[in-house]
Amino acid sequence: MKYSYFPGCTLRNKAKNLDDYARACAEKLGFCLEELTDWQCCGGVYPLGADEIASKLPSVRALNAAKEKGQDLVAVCSACYHVLKRVNDDMANVSDMQTRANNYMALSEPYTGETKVLHYLEVLRDVVGFDNLKKQVVNPLTGRKIGAYYGCLLLRPSSVMAFDDPENPTILEDFIRALGAEPVVYPYRNECCGGYISIKEKEQAGALCEKITQSAAGYQADCLVTACPLCKYNLSKNSDLPIVYFTELLAEALGIKEVQE
Amino acid sequence: MNKVDEIKQISGVNPLKCMKCGKCSASCPSFNEMDIKPHQFVTYVVNDDVEALANSKSAWKCLSCFACIERCPRNVQPGKLIDAARQILIRQRGQEGLSADEIPALLDEDMPQQLLMSAFRKYRR
Repeated sequence: MKYSYFPGCTLRNKAKNLDDYARACAEKLGFCLEELTDWQCCGGVYPLGADEIASKLPSVRALNAAKEKGQDLVAVCSACYHVLKRVNDDMANVSDMQTRANNYMALSEPYTGETKVLHYLEVLRDVVGFDNLKKQVVNPLTGRKIGAYYGCLLLRPSSVMAFDDPENPTILEDFIRALGAEPVVYPYRNECCGGYISIKEKEQAGALCEKITQSAAGYQADCLVTACPLCKYNLSKNSDLPIVYFTELLAEALGIKEVQE
Repeated sequence: MNKVDEIKQISGVNPLKCMKCGKCSASCPSFNEMDIKPHQFVTYVVNDDVEALANSKSAWKCLSCFACIERCPRNVQPGKLIDAARQILIRQRGQEGLSADEIPALLDEDMPQQLLMSAFRKYRR
Protein backbone atom coordinates (compact mmCIF):
# COMPACT_ATOMS: atom_id res chain seq x y z
CA MET A 1 0.00 0.00 0.00
CA LYS A 2 1.35 3.41 -0.99
CA TYR A 3 0.44 6.66 0.73
CA SER A 4 1.22 10.28 0.05
CA TYR A 5 3.20 11.56 3.01
CA PHE A 6 3.21 15.05 4.52
CA PRO A 7 6.11 15.24 7.02
CA GLY A 8 5.74 18.91 8.01
CA CYS A 9 8.29 21.52 9.08
CA THR A 10 9.34 20.14 12.45
CA LEU A 11 9.88 16.55 11.32
CA ARG A 12 12.63 17.80 9.06
CA ASN A 13 14.41 19.47 11.95
CA LYS A 14 13.80 19.13 15.67
CA ALA A 15 11.61 16.04 15.41
CA LYS A 16 13.75 13.89 13.13
CA ASN A 17 13.16 10.89 15.42
CA LEU A 18 9.47 11.17 14.74
CA ASP A 19 10.02 11.17 10.97
CA ASP A 20 12.94 8.76 10.51
CA TYR A 21 11.38 5.98 12.56
CA ALA A 22 7.97 6.51 10.95
CA ARG A 23 9.51 5.86 7.55
CA ALA A 24 11.67 2.94 8.67
CA CYS A 25 8.79 1.24 10.51
CA ALA A 26 6.44 1.72 7.56
CA GLU A 27 8.90 -0.12 5.37
CA LYS A 28 9.21 -2.91 7.91
CA LEU A 29 5.42 -3.18 8.22
CA GLY A 30 4.88 -3.27 4.46
CA PHE A 31 3.46 0.12 3.59
CA CYS A 32 5.14 2.93 1.75
CA LEU A 33 5.21 6.65 2.54
CA GLU A 34 5.87 8.71 -0.59
CA GLU A 35 6.76 12.23 0.46
CA LEU A 36 4.86 14.86 -1.52
CA THR A 37 7.15 17.02 -3.60
CA ASP A 38 7.06 20.74 -2.86
CA TRP A 39 4.82 20.48 0.19
CA GLN A 40 4.47 23.70 2.18
CA CYS A 41 4.14 24.15 5.94
CA CYS A 42 0.56 23.63 7.19
CA GLY A 43 0.95 26.68 9.46
CA GLY A 44 0.89 24.74 12.72
CA VAL A 45 -2.59 25.83 13.75
CA TYR A 46 -5.89 25.58 11.92
CA PRO A 47 -7.11 29.11 11.11
CA LEU A 48 -10.40 29.38 13.02
CA GLY A 49 -11.65 32.50 11.25
CA ALA A 50 -14.44 31.57 8.84
CA ASP A 51 -13.12 34.15 6.36
CA GLU A 52 -9.51 32.83 6.29
CA ILE A 53 -8.45 31.50 2.89
CA ALA A 54 -4.77 32.20 2.15
CA SER A 55 -3.58 30.54 5.36
CA LYS A 56 -5.36 27.32 4.32
CA LEU A 57 -3.94 27.10 0.79
CA PRO A 58 -0.75 25.15 1.64
CA SER A 59 -3.00 22.38 2.98
CA VAL A 60 -5.27 22.52 -0.06
CA ARG A 61 -2.25 22.13 -2.35
CA ALA A 62 -1.05 19.06 -0.42
CA LEU A 63 -4.54 17.55 -0.39
CA ASN A 64 -4.91 18.08 -4.13
CA ALA A 65 -1.45 16.65 -4.83
CA ALA A 66 -2.45 13.44 -3.04
CA LYS A 67 -5.71 13.37 -4.99
CA GLU A 68 -3.82 13.62 -8.27
CA LYS A 69 -1.67 10.66 -7.23
CA GLY A 70 -4.78 8.72 -6.25
CA GLN A 71 -3.44 8.20 -2.73
CA ASP A 72 -4.60 8.76 0.83
CA LEU A 73 -2.57 11.44 2.63
CA VAL A 74 -0.71 10.39 5.79
CA ALA A 75 0.68 12.72 8.47
CA VAL A 76 2.60 11.77 11.60
CA CYS A 77 2.66 15.12 13.40
CA SER A 78 -0.56 15.77 15.33
CA ALA A 79 -0.66 19.40 14.19
CA CYS A 80 -0.22 18.66 10.47
CA TYR A 81 -2.86 15.95 10.70
CA HIS A 82 -5.22 18.33 12.48
CA VAL A 83 -4.78 21.19 10.02
CA LEU A 84 -4.95 19.00 6.90
CA LYS A 85 -8.04 17.20 8.08
CA ARG A 86 -9.93 20.34 9.06
CA VAL A 87 -9.05 22.19 5.87
CA ASN A 88 -10.16 19.12 3.95
CA ASP A 89 -13.46 19.19 5.78
CA ASP A 90 -13.89 22.85 4.77
CA MET A 91 -13.12 21.99 1.16
CA ALA A 92 -15.71 19.22 1.20
CA ASN A 93 -18.48 21.05 3.04
CA VAL A 94 -18.12 24.85 2.92
CA SER A 95 -19.09 26.05 -0.53
CA ASP A 96 -17.69 29.58 -0.09
CA MET A 97 -14.32 28.10 0.93
CA GLN A 98 -14.45 25.67 -2.01
CA THR A 99 -15.06 28.44 -4.54
CA ARG A 100 -12.57 30.91 -3.17
CA ALA A 101 -9.76 28.40 -2.62
CA ASN A 102 -10.20 26.91 -6.08
CA ASN A 103 -10.05 30.39 -7.59
CA TYR A 104 -6.47 30.58 -6.30
CA MET A 105 -5.53 27.09 -7.41
CA ALA A 106 -6.31 27.09 -11.16
CA LEU A 107 -6.59 23.29 -11.33
CA SER A 108 -7.86 21.33 -14.31
CA GLU A 109 -10.50 19.89 -12.00
CA PRO A 110 -11.59 21.73 -8.81
CA TYR A 111 -10.59 20.22 -5.47
CA THR A 112 -13.60 19.46 -3.30
CA GLY A 113 -12.27 17.41 -0.40
CA GLU A 114 -11.78 14.06 -2.18
CA THR A 115 -8.56 13.07 -0.38
CA LYS A 116 -8.72 10.91 2.71
CA VAL A 117 -6.45 12.22 5.48
CA LEU A 118 -4.99 9.62 7.83
CA HIS A 119 -2.79 9.76 10.86
CA TYR A 120 -0.02 7.15 10.93
CA LEU A 121 -1.65 5.65 14.04
CA GLU A 122 -4.85 5.14 12.04
CA VAL A 123 -2.88 3.24 9.41
CA LEU A 124 -1.49 1.04 12.20
CA ARG A 125 -4.94 0.48 13.69
CA ASP A 126 -7.12 0.22 10.58
CA VAL A 127 -4.81 -1.09 7.84
CA VAL A 128 -1.94 -2.97 9.51
CA GLY A 129 -4.11 -3.88 12.52
CA PHE A 130 -2.81 -3.98 16.11
CA ASP A 131 -3.10 -7.81 16.24
CA ASN A 132 -0.91 -8.07 13.17
CA LEU A 133 1.48 -5.42 14.56
CA LYS A 134 1.83 -7.47 17.74
CA LYS A 135 2.94 -10.49 15.68
CA GLN A 136 5.73 -8.43 14.11
CA VAL A 137 7.17 -7.23 17.41
CA VAL A 138 10.65 -8.69 17.98
CA ASN A 139 11.57 -6.75 21.14
CA PRO A 140 8.39 -6.62 23.22
CA LEU A 141 8.51 -3.71 25.67
CA THR A 142 7.61 -6.03 28.52
CA GLY A 143 7.40 -4.48 31.97
CA ARG A 144 7.38 -0.89 30.72
CA LYS A 145 4.54 1.28 32.03
CA ILE A 146 3.71 3.87 29.42
CA GLY A 147 1.21 6.71 29.61
CA ALA A 148 -0.47 7.84 26.39
CA TYR A 149 -0.52 11.62 26.02
CA TYR A 150 -3.15 12.53 23.43
CA GLY A 151 -3.36 16.27 23.98
CA CYS A 152 -5.85 18.23 21.89
CA LEU A 153 -5.09 18.10 18.22
CA LEU A 154 -5.68 14.42 17.46
CA LEU A 155 -9.05 14.35 19.19
CA ARG A 156 -10.89 17.66 19.01
CA PRO A 157 -13.24 18.65 17.52
CA SER A 158 -14.35 15.05 17.15
CA SER A 159 -17.09 16.04 14.68
CA VAL A 160 -14.29 16.67 12.16
CA MET A 161 -11.31 14.71 13.48
CA ALA A 162 -13.26 11.44 14.00
CA PHE A 163 -9.98 9.94 15.23
CA ASP A 164 -11.18 8.27 18.42
CA ASP A 165 -13.57 8.84 21.32
CA PRO A 166 -12.61 12.43 22.30
CA GLU A 167 -13.18 11.90 26.03
CA ASN A 168 -12.08 8.30 26.42
CA PRO A 169 -9.69 7.44 23.59
CA THR A 170 -8.06 4.01 23.35
CA ILE A 171 -5.91 3.99 20.20
CA LEU A 172 -2.61 4.80 21.94
CA GLU A 173 -3.31 2.37 24.78
CA ASP A 174 -4.04 -0.35 22.21
CA PHE A 175 -0.83 0.60 20.42
CA ILE A 176 1.19 0.42 23.67
CA ARG A 177 -0.36 -2.99 24.42
CA ALA A 178 0.49 -4.27 20.93
CA LEU A 179 4.15 -3.43 21.61
CA GLY A 180 4.11 -5.54 24.77
CA ALA A 181 4.11 -2.70 27.30
CA GLU A 182 1.48 -1.83 29.86
CA PRO A 183 -0.61 1.28 29.15
CA VAL A 184 -1.13 3.64 32.09
CA VAL A 185 -4.48 5.40 31.99
CA TYR A 186 -4.39 8.71 33.87
CA PRO A 187 -6.94 11.54 34.00
CA TYR A 188 -4.96 14.29 32.26
CA ARG A 189 -4.10 12.43 29.06
CA ASN A 190 -6.31 14.60 26.83
CA GLU A 191 -5.70 17.91 28.60
CA CYS A 192 -3.84 20.74 26.86
CA CYS A 193 -0.07 21.22 27.34
CA GLY A 194 -0.43 24.95 26.60
CA GLY A 195 0.51 24.63 22.93
CA TYR A 196 1.87 27.78 21.29
CA ILE A 197 1.45 29.86 24.47
CA SER A 198 4.78 28.53 25.77
CA ILE A 199 6.64 30.92 23.50
CA LYS A 200 5.75 33.83 25.80
CA GLU A 201 3.84 32.47 28.77
CA LYS A 202 6.22 29.87 30.13
CA GLU A 203 4.66 29.84 33.59
CA GLN A 204 1.18 29.13 32.33
CA ALA A 205 2.35 26.31 30.05
CA GLY A 206 4.54 25.01 32.88
CA ALA A 207 1.61 24.77 35.29
CA LEU A 208 -0.49 22.87 32.75
CA CYS A 209 2.35 20.47 31.93
CA GLU A 210 3.10 19.82 35.60
CA LYS A 211 -0.48 18.75 36.18
CA ILE A 212 -0.27 16.33 33.27
CA THR A 213 3.09 14.78 34.13
CA GLN A 214 2.38 14.61 37.87
CA SER A 215 -0.91 12.91 37.14
CA ALA A 216 0.85 10.33 34.93
CA ALA A 217 3.66 9.81 37.44
CA GLY A 218 1.08 9.35 40.18
CA TYR A 219 -0.30 6.42 38.22
CA GLN A 220 3.26 5.02 37.96
CA ALA A 221 3.97 5.80 34.32
CA ASP A 222 7.68 5.46 33.43
CA CYS A 223 7.31 7.67 30.39
CA LEU A 224 4.73 9.41 28.20
CA VAL A 225 4.23 8.84 24.51
CA THR A 226 3.09 11.54 22.07
CA ALA A 227 2.75 12.25 18.35
CA CYS A 228 3.23 16.00 18.69
CA PRO A 229 6.61 17.83 18.73
CA LEU A 230 5.15 20.82 20.57
CA CYS A 231 3.58 18.63 23.28
CA LYS A 232 6.92 16.87 23.66
CA TYR A 233 8.75 20.17 23.97
CA ASN A 234 6.34 21.66 26.51
CA LEU A 235 6.15 18.51 28.64
CA SER A 236 9.92 17.91 28.54
CA LYS A 237 10.65 21.49 29.61
CA ASN A 238 8.53 21.04 32.71
CA SER A 239 9.18 17.51 33.92
CA ASP A 240 11.85 14.86 34.36
CA LEU A 241 9.47 12.21 33.05
CA PRO A 242 10.83 10.98 29.69
CA ILE A 243 8.59 12.01 26.78
CA VAL A 244 9.00 9.90 23.64
CA TYR A 245 7.47 9.84 20.19
CA PHE A 246 5.25 6.88 19.40
CA THR A 247 7.46 6.06 16.40
CA GLU A 248 10.48 5.65 18.71
CA LEU A 249 8.62 3.03 20.74
CA LEU A 250 7.47 1.35 17.56
CA ALA A 251 11.02 1.25 16.22
CA GLU A 252 12.31 -0.25 19.47
CA ALA A 253 9.67 -2.96 19.41
CA LEU A 254 10.27 -3.75 15.74
CA GLY A 255 14.02 -4.05 16.34
CA ILE A 256 14.93 -0.98 14.27
CA LYS A 257 16.08 1.16 17.18
CA GLU A 258 18.26 0.14 20.07
CA VAL A 259 16.13 -0.67 23.12
CA GLN A 260 16.11 2.10 25.74
CA GLU A 261 16.06 1.30 29.43
CA MET B 1 -19.07 47.03 9.57
CA ASN B 2 -19.60 47.37 13.30
CA LYS B 3 -17.56 45.24 15.67
CA VAL B 4 -20.42 42.93 16.64
CA ASP B 5 -21.15 42.02 13.04
CA GLU B 6 -17.42 41.66 12.43
CA ILE B 7 -16.92 39.20 15.28
CA LYS B 8 -19.95 37.19 14.15
CA GLN B 9 -18.71 37.12 10.58
CA ILE B 10 -15.14 36.12 11.45
CA SER B 11 -16.22 33.47 13.94
CA GLY B 12 -19.29 32.16 12.13
CA VAL B 13 -20.86 31.84 15.60
CA ASN B 14 -24.49 32.50 16.50
CA PRO B 15 -24.25 33.50 20.19
CA LEU B 16 -28.03 33.39 20.62
CA LYS B 17 -27.91 29.58 20.63
CA CYS B 18 -26.12 29.66 24.02
CA MET B 19 -28.18 28.30 26.93
CA LYS B 20 -25.61 29.42 29.53
CA CYS B 21 -24.78 26.01 30.94
CA GLY B 22 -21.18 27.05 31.61
CA LYS B 23 -19.65 23.83 30.32
CA CYS B 24 -17.18 25.83 28.19
CA SER B 25 -15.78 27.69 31.19
CA ALA B 26 -15.73 24.50 33.27
CA SER B 27 -13.67 22.82 30.53
CA CYS B 28 -11.28 25.69 29.89
CA PRO B 29 -7.63 25.07 30.90
CA SER B 30 -7.06 28.86 30.81
CA PHE B 31 -10.08 29.69 33.00
CA ASN B 32 -7.99 31.04 35.88
CA GLU B 33 -6.01 33.27 33.51
CA MET B 34 -9.04 34.89 31.92
CA ASP B 35 -10.67 38.12 33.09
CA ILE B 36 -13.70 37.46 30.88
CA LYS B 37 -14.56 33.75 30.98
CA PRO B 38 -15.56 31.74 27.88
CA HIS B 39 -19.30 31.64 28.72
CA GLN B 40 -19.21 35.39 29.41
CA PHE B 41 -17.62 35.98 26.02
CA VAL B 42 -20.81 34.75 24.42
CA THR B 43 -22.92 37.09 26.57
CA TYR B 44 -20.75 40.12 25.73
CA VAL B 45 -21.35 39.51 22.03
CA VAL B 46 -25.11 39.20 22.62
CA ASN B 47 -24.94 42.50 24.49
CA ASP B 48 -23.01 44.23 21.67
CA ASP B 49 -19.97 44.86 23.87
CA VAL B 50 -17.13 43.68 21.63
CA GLU B 51 -14.88 46.56 22.69
CA ALA B 52 -14.54 45.00 26.16
CA LEU B 53 -13.60 41.67 24.60
CA ALA B 54 -10.91 43.15 22.40
CA ASN B 55 -9.42 44.89 25.46
CA SER B 56 -9.60 41.79 27.65
CA LYS B 57 -6.66 39.63 28.65
CA SER B 58 -8.73 36.59 27.66
CA ALA B 59 -8.35 37.17 23.93
CA TRP B 60 -4.65 36.31 24.33
CA LYS B 61 -5.13 33.46 26.80
CA CYS B 62 -7.14 30.96 24.76
CA LEU B 63 -4.95 27.92 23.94
CA SER B 64 -7.09 26.69 21.05
CA CYS B 65 -7.40 23.32 22.77
CA PHE B 66 -10.99 23.01 21.43
CA ALA B 67 -12.35 21.61 24.70
CA CYS B 68 -15.14 24.23 24.78
CA ILE B 69 -15.92 23.57 21.13
CA GLU B 70 -16.03 19.82 21.72
CA ARG B 71 -18.21 19.96 24.79
CA CYS B 72 -20.72 22.73 23.96
CA PRO B 73 -24.13 21.01 23.95
CA ARG B 74 -25.54 23.72 21.66
CA ASN B 75 -22.63 23.87 19.20
CA VAL B 76 -22.06 27.57 19.93
CA GLN B 77 -18.27 27.10 19.78
CA PRO B 78 -17.14 29.87 22.17
CA GLY B 79 -13.47 29.28 21.27
CA LYS B 80 -14.20 30.64 17.81
CA LEU B 81 -15.53 33.88 19.33
CA ILE B 82 -12.40 34.29 21.42
CA ASP B 83 -10.21 33.68 18.38
CA ALA B 84 -12.27 36.18 16.39
CA ALA B 85 -11.76 38.85 19.09
CA ARG B 86 -8.04 38.24 18.68
CA GLN B 87 -8.34 38.40 14.89
CA ILE B 88 -10.01 41.81 15.13
CA LEU B 89 -6.91 43.00 16.98
CA ILE B 90 -4.16 41.38 14.96
CA ARG B 91 -5.67 42.41 11.64
CA GLN B 92 -4.89 46.01 12.66
CA ARG B 93 -1.41 47.36 12.29
CA GLY B 94 0.44 47.62 15.59
CA GLN B 95 -1.97 45.43 17.56
CA GLU B 96 -0.18 42.09 17.24
CA GLY B 97 0.72 40.14 20.36
CA LEU B 98 4.25 39.19 19.31
CA SER B 99 6.78 41.23 17.39
CA ALA B 100 9.60 39.77 15.34
CA ASP B 101 12.09 41.70 17.49
CA GLU B 102 11.04 39.73 20.56
CA ILE B 103 11.77 36.34 18.97
CA PRO B 104 15.56 35.94 19.37
CA ALA B 105 15.36 36.30 23.16
CA LEU B 106 12.60 33.69 23.34
CA LEU B 107 14.39 30.95 21.40
CA ASP B 108 16.10 27.93 22.86
CA GLU B 109 17.82 25.11 21.06
CA ASP B 110 15.10 22.51 21.68
CA MET B 111 12.27 24.70 20.42
CA PRO B 112 10.38 23.02 17.57
CA GLN B 113 9.66 24.97 14.39
CA GLN B 114 6.01 24.12 15.04
CA LEU B 115 6.02 26.43 18.06
CA LEU B 116 7.28 29.40 16.08
CA MET B 117 4.85 28.77 13.23
CA SER B 118 1.91 28.40 15.60
CA ALA B 119 2.85 31.46 17.64
CA PHE B 120 3.16 33.60 14.53
CA ARG B 121 -0.28 32.46 13.41
CA LYS B 122 -1.89 33.07 16.78
CA TYR B 123 -0.22 36.35 17.77
CA ARG B 124 0.08 38.15 14.47
CA ARG B 125 -0.87 38.09 10.83
